[in-house]
Amino acid sequence: MAERILMKGNEALAEAAIRAGCRHFFGYPITPQTEISAYMAKKMPKVGGLYLQAESEVAAINMVLGAASAGVRTMTSSSSPGISLKTEGISYIAGSDLPCVIIDIQRGGPGLGGIQPSQADYWQATKATGHGDFQLLVFAPSTVQEMANTVFDAFELAEKYRMPAMIFADGMLGQMMEPVTFPEREPEISEKPWAADGHKGQRTHNIINSLYLQPQDLERLVRERFERYDVIKKTEVRYDEFMTEDADILLVAYGATARIVKSAVVEARSKGIKAGLLRPITLWPFPSEAIAAAAANTKAILCVEMSMGQMVDDVRLAVGGKQVDFFGRTGGIIPTPAEVLAQIEELARR
Amino acid sequence: MKTLNAVLAGFGGQGILFAGKVIAYCGLVEERQVSWLPSYGPEMRGGTANCSVCLADEPIGSPLVVQPDVLIAMNNPSYDKFIDAVRPGGIAIVDSTLIDRKCDREDIAVHYVPATRLADEQNLKGLANIILIGKMLAETEFASADAVEKAIAKCVPPSKQHLIDANLRAIELGKNQ
Repeated sequence: MAERILMKGNEALAEAAIRAGCRHFFGYPITPQTEISAYMAKKMPKVGGLYLQAESEVAAINMVLGAASAGVRTMTSSSSPGISLKTEGISYIAGSDLPCVIIDIQRGGPGLGGIQPSQADYWQATKATGHGDFQLLVFAPSTVQEMANTVFDAFELAEKYRMPAMIFADGMLGQMMEPVTFPEREPEISEKPWAADGHKGQRTHNIINSLYLQPQDLERLVRERFERYDVIKKTEVRYDEFMTEDADILLVAYGATARIVKSAVVEARSKGIKAGLLRPITLWPFPSEAIAAAAANTKAILCVEMSMGQMVDDVRLAVGGKQVDFFGRTGGIIPTPAEVLAQIEELARR
Repeated sequence: MKTLNAVLAGFGGQGILFAGKVIAYCGLVEERQVSWLPSYGPEMRGGTANCSVCLADEPIGSPLVVQPDVLIAMNNPSYDKFIDAVRPGGIAIVDSTLIDRKCDREDIAVHYVPATRLADEQNLKGLANIILIGKMLAETEFASADAVEKAIAKCVPPSKQHLIDANLRAIELGKNQ
């Protein structure tokens, strides 16, 4: 069996990316994700890959655009304010139908905000990571192990659907160490007949572009992209359920918050309160149907986030008119299991 | 084995994060669930640093320890910040060379170990942190002696192998306090 290694979430992401065949990383430092860049700087030269610290976040994401155009596995990482800077490039990548992986280790905002963990960029990741009609695949791992596993999936699905994928975590998951066992999994790197990697006189040249001045052309391309999104919504939704079968109180939480909520659910059960947790693993596509099903017979629904309430919008849409309560801490404060338990107990009394 | 939630706190440069890693690696070699979460504020040498470490047999929920079973404190600000948070029935191990406070809580056991002075006297400079881990081992038996030895071997970088013996001596010294 593969060795269990104690690693920071950030380092596990970086190592997994290398194992998944990523050989082109473009970064720019920002707390709390800098270990990803540092790890890549150390390891990439040893595997014949490229680590490049760009002059800015904007430059880094455009280097990703260039590398992705050439058909290689490429990645960048940042934290909230840096992702804001990258959004223009992300939109261009989406508009050019290019696969890549973008890592967001969120910190408190808005503005420069703080450097402690946060989930206040849910809207940004799932609804507006740049201008235009487009989506990213958004994965929200909850453990260091899951961070490592998700990198492989993110690259493969990004290539399958020719679109950017985001791994959406936070400072807690990035900074904490947990045991991780790297999956013994050969990267499945797909053929890329569309890549601008030199036609050598053997074929017509490929064009990578996001500028379409004829509205008919642009509408057609956007519609084609949304047909792919429909397939993704049907086939790529991922979530995890914990004690939801007989739950009276359904909790919905993702990422680091989900592990805190899970502790509160266990505690609530020991007090005779039937609580359960549904944890979205993909935030886009969002597990709306699973949430609706899990909420069908519950008395209360509580969404918990490290924000003022963003994913709660999607939970409300999923359950169509049922009351959804919200509990959140923001600005870099991590909710405690006791705080969440108090919310559950209050709902149980209602 | 028992679940352990520990907070280690002190100045940057005292090896707080390293000491936390030693505990975490003990859990790793004993094939337990482990988490280690550092404070990553604007800490630097001379500033404050702390970390949370959990050892458990079930998957760990929050890696942030709010109510530690064990507190290791290596300076006054850390003692002041965390002493009231210790779980009733828990223990605090304080470096009494650097901390001049005396605890008046009666629901926790407080052990005063002059770790920094002992480290200086015993030619173990910079290993006050590990002396305190030794004391913690004696008080809580959170890992086997074999696991501690393996954990230290994993934590000490390959370029500093000569420090392994010093670390093991520091553990023994701490155990006997």
